[in-house]
Amino acid sequence: MNLTIEKIKDVVVLHIKEERLDAHNSGELKAEMQRLFEEGNKQLLIELKDVRFIDSSGLGALVSGFKNATTYQGDLKLSSLQPQVKSMFELTRLHRVFEIFPSTAEALER
Amino acid sequence: MKRNAIELDIRVPNQTRYLSLIGRIGEDIAKELDRYSGDRETLAYQINLVLTEAMVNAIKYGNPENREDSVHILINISDNELFIRIYDYGQGFDINEIPEPDFEGLDDRGRGIFLIKSLMDSVCYKRDLKGNVLEMMKQLH
Repeated sequence: MNLTIEKIKDVVVLHIKEERLDAHNSGELKAEMQRLFEEGNKQLLIELKDVRFIDSSGLGALVSGFKNATTYQGDLKLSSLQPQVKSMFELTRLHRVFEIFPSTAEALER
Repeated sequence: MKRNAIELDIRVPNQTRYLSLIGRIGEDIAKELDRYSGDRETLAYQINLVLTEAMVNAIKYGNPENREDSVHILINISDNELFIRIYDYGQGFDINEIPEPDFEGLDDRGRGIFLIKSLMDSVCYKRDLKGNVLEMMKQLH
């Protein structure tokens, strides 16, 4: 999976550089989030600006990251969802679970 | 074959790296449907998604003894309907017994069939001469 990791103050921002987040690559994202929490990072922000498509495995990986955040007393936020991707969160009601920000800058202001 | 009808018979290796190829074919089909009066971008996403979900199911559960090294997908488009059939060789399951996801819970899994059922007009899963087939239909108007 192509992603870049940037630390801005206490927030680790994962810029997902993939057009698709699906059953082929979501396992890697799940493992990466797990690793970051295990290393002691508390706040993760997943930037989905480049992600045009997400399937149930991609959603599942993010749910797994959210549960890890709870386990490690941290948090996991999402930013910059494309409209079709956002509609998948709405259809599965996951928009009620995640804090979703229109942009990474707005997420970092919080 | 009827005028304007399209039939695609596809076999791809049963590996997740080919999901994007199948998804892209689905999107391209949606964009070709000049007669479709709804939002074609949305339809493209939906076809991409149901093909992806169904192919993942076939890869994960549909080939327990490595009998096949490919996934077989049939796509038929007529004036009014889009039909997708995906074959597998697994134990099969009763699609009507699969519960909706627990919307209050946080399960990593269990949303694939729900998404397919939500986006298609009819979905059935049945035993075929060759194995099992997941049939999905969407009205195009």
